[in-house]
Amino acid sequence: MTATDSAASAARMDKARFRSAMTALGMLPVLVILAVGFHLLSGRFLTVNNLSIVTQQASINTVLAAGMTFVILTGGIDLSVGSILAVAAMVGVIVSLWPDLGLLGIPAAILVGLACGLANGVVIAFLKLPPFIVTLGSLTAVRGLARLLGGDTTVFNADLPFAFIGNGTLFGVPWLAIIALATILVSWFILKRTVLGTWIYAVGGNVEAARLTGIKVSLVLLFVYAMSGLLAGLGGAMSAARLYAANGLQLGQAYELDAIAAVILGGTSFVGGVGSIWGTLIGALIIAVLSNGLILVGVSDIWQYIIKGLVIIVAVALDRYRLGGLGRT
Amino acid sequence: MTAAPAPVSPAAPRLLEMRGITKTFGAARALSGVSFDVAAGEVHALMGENGAGKSTLMKILSGAYRADPGGEILIDGRPAPMGDPIASRAAGIAVIYQELSLSPNLSVAQNMFLGAEPRRFGLVDRAGMRRLAEPILRRLGIGFSPDTQVASLSLGERQMVEIARALTTRARIIVMDEPTTSLTSRETERLFDVIAGLKADGIATVYISHRMEEVYRLADRVSVLRDGASVGTLDRSELSAQRLVSMMVGRDLSSFYKKEHRPPSATRRAVLSVRGLSDGRRVHGCSLDVHAGEVLGIAGLVGAGRTELARLIFGADARTAGTVSLDGRELAIRSPRDALDAGIAYLTEDRKGLGLFLDMSISDNVNIGVLGKDAKPGGVLDFVKARARADKAIHDLSVRTRSAALNVGALSGGNQQKVLLARLLEAEPKVVILDEPTRGVDVGAKSEIYRIVDALAARGIAILAISSDLPEIIGIADRVLVMREGRIAGEVSAAPGRPIDQETIMALSTGGVPEAGARPELGPIGGTP
Repeated sequence: MTATDSAASAARMDKARFRSAMTALGMLPVLVILAVGFHLLSGRFLTVNNLSIVTQQASINTVLAAGMTFVILTGGIDLSVGSILAVAAMVGVIVSLWPDLGLLGIPAAILVGLACGLANGVVIAFLKLPPFIVTLGSLTAVRGLARLLGGDTTVFNADLPFAFIGNGTLFGVPWLAIIALATILVSWFILKRTVLGTWIYAVGGNVEAARLTGIKVSLVLLFVYAMSGLLAGLGGAMSAARLYAANGLQLGQAYELDAIAAVILGGTSFVGGVGSIWGTLIGALIIAVLSNGLILVGVSDIWQYIIKGLVIIVAVALDRYRLGGLGRT
Repeated sequence: MTAAPAPVSPAAPRLLEMRGITKTFGAARALSGVSFDVAAGEVHALMGENGAGKSTLMKILSGAYRADPGGEILIDGRPAPMGDPIASRAAGIAVIYQELSLSPNLSVAQNMFLGAEPRRFGLVDRAGMRRLAEPILRRLGIGFSPDTQVASLSLGERQMVEIARALTTRARIIVMDEPTTSLTSRETERLFDVIAGLKADGIATVYISHRMEEVYRLADRVSVLRDGASVGTLDRSELSAQRLVSMMVGRDLSSFYKKEHRPPSATRRAVLSVRGLSDGRRVHGCSLDVHAGEVLGIAGLVGAGRTELARLIFGADARTAGTVSLDGRELAIRSPRDALDAGIAYLTEDRKGLGLFLDMSISDNVNIGVLGKDAKPGGVLDFVKARARADKAIHDLSVRTRSAALNVGALSGGNQQKVLLARLLEAEPKVVILDEPTRGVDVGAKSEIYRIVDALAARGIAILAISSDLPEIIGIADRVLVMREGRIAGEVSAAPGRPIDQETIMALSTGGVPEAGARPELGPIGGTP
């Protein structure tokens, strides 16, 4: 192959990559329209202050949805992330009360999340039980665990040593948003730049072909559920840092649904194999913009639910229509 | 059909007559001007190679497919509806497919009346259903109650339920598509008794089978299809295995690929040795040797266990007995990963279902197996190496594409197959198992794939090639093993000046030759000639 040939081939490859990026960003126009719309309606949506609030609100869901993206890319689902977030937040706050060692609350929360994710992963990958059922079970069991830890009460720490994460900023950018963005970047690197990432897409695209190609499917599945658990643990630490407290019963209720919605809005196929982490980021932002914008416009809490649900369905329907039936939700 | 003496009075209108049936799928012609007739109370066997058009013809009869204009179906001499499954059923035609169509979660009676439940006051009349089912089950000599759940029945018993269902719709023609493939010999005997009973009641049976002994036993007449056309119909008195076999094959070999490379027989070295491999279900004690630079063909009919054998060797399924050795060393293969690590690669017959990642690029599809080996520290992808491999594969195997970054799903069948071949070769295997390497591939790509296979053999790779296409397997293989019912039925090899012949392969595949070894070119099972 000559140099010009390779150059031409490289150019074509870049073009193909550009096109796949455009597909991934398919929901970006929706995000922009929503933001502009809310600004026109309320007059105060697109302000530095409000946007900072929106990113903060989006951050925890973004982290959960990043983990969910790994799982859904393999064709699975993780319903337990809200409960894992709760138990991790509980552990984080309890450990933060240890004198002098309070900062260990962050790694403790993350490790608890990782442990829960590994437990899910072992059952799914090695006992070969359906992910929906396994994580439905752990949704309930881990929730119980979270309540058990605090004796079914709220645990507080007014001097939370890592409170800056939840409320502080770095050069004016909320720490929560920085963590969320870092999570997205790391996820992107794993998915698009490592062998493991390619295997994740392969397992989701055609699990039997993956096995016949020599990919260790169980290890890939173990990884994605562990990753989802770990990020739910990180979400727990973020949540605890924001609230100075954790409650095993209420914290993280129905968070798994927002995370799944963000992934699906981001164009990731529900049967696996197709999707991108950038789409997930946009999906999470759309959900946060909707919540924030509807409040600014003064829509009642009840109507917020109805509108949010409909927007998700309509947005995904439009996306599928645009792709001309190529998408496989 | 050619002039064949009719077993029943020739003047009376036939129960069923199909005339000039043609069926095209896009550009492919599956049937051309086929005629077929059945008399009341007759067992009419339908035979032919894989893909000869038997199933298509029966699907037209059942209304699942609509024949091209020009053909007609007559029942009792009157034109019957075409292309309408419900009307065909009402006209008295019932088809029992190989993959049974019962709902295992429902009872026998519920299955028998599915879609035509007897009603009372608009509700399903369960008692009436049972009352109607019982005499039919008795007539078939069935021992289980109509309330039995189908899930608890054996395959043979389920087949009886299918026949019972056909009788509830007052079928007069029952088509059985290879009904005995998954039956035990006792169940087969039961089935034959039932067919005899149906015959006595004047019900006609169209019996599709590859098994000579069954055809001998049951059939009043045998019709043979080849390449979608009627070859002829033999009366019971004219039956002979040799005649049937030569009717089924007889395609011209001259237009086919002739391999150029032959392995030197002086340096024969068995690379892959398989001994007594079984899975306890579809493969029973298969042994074979493949030598360096040799192409060993595996022929046999669909369901003979060829793919299952290949998957056992590759570790894709669990074996219950037997060994696989490479270069004389026994391997402990428990997964495809183990097989690939040892140097055995497998090209699946189901390109889209089990081979390709259709949503991924050509480059990813070529590289997926070697990503780990090529990766930079930390498992980071090496795009430069990947692109080099993909570009080289595209060039070497002449994959027609504008770029390696395109989705593999956008390629034609032949080019997709080349991408799969490229992936397999990246693993640098010592043994390559090709399962139907040219299925769904156009003629041009076919000959390119043959050339690739030949080139691999020339490099000393041992190749095991499974194919249902006899001329193809004869063209590419040095020796051919024939499988039948999970066992290796015999070996056919070429001798100087005498090529492998199709008749012997077909005879071994169908059991048309009573004893292996009856003809000079049949070697001992699994042995080296």
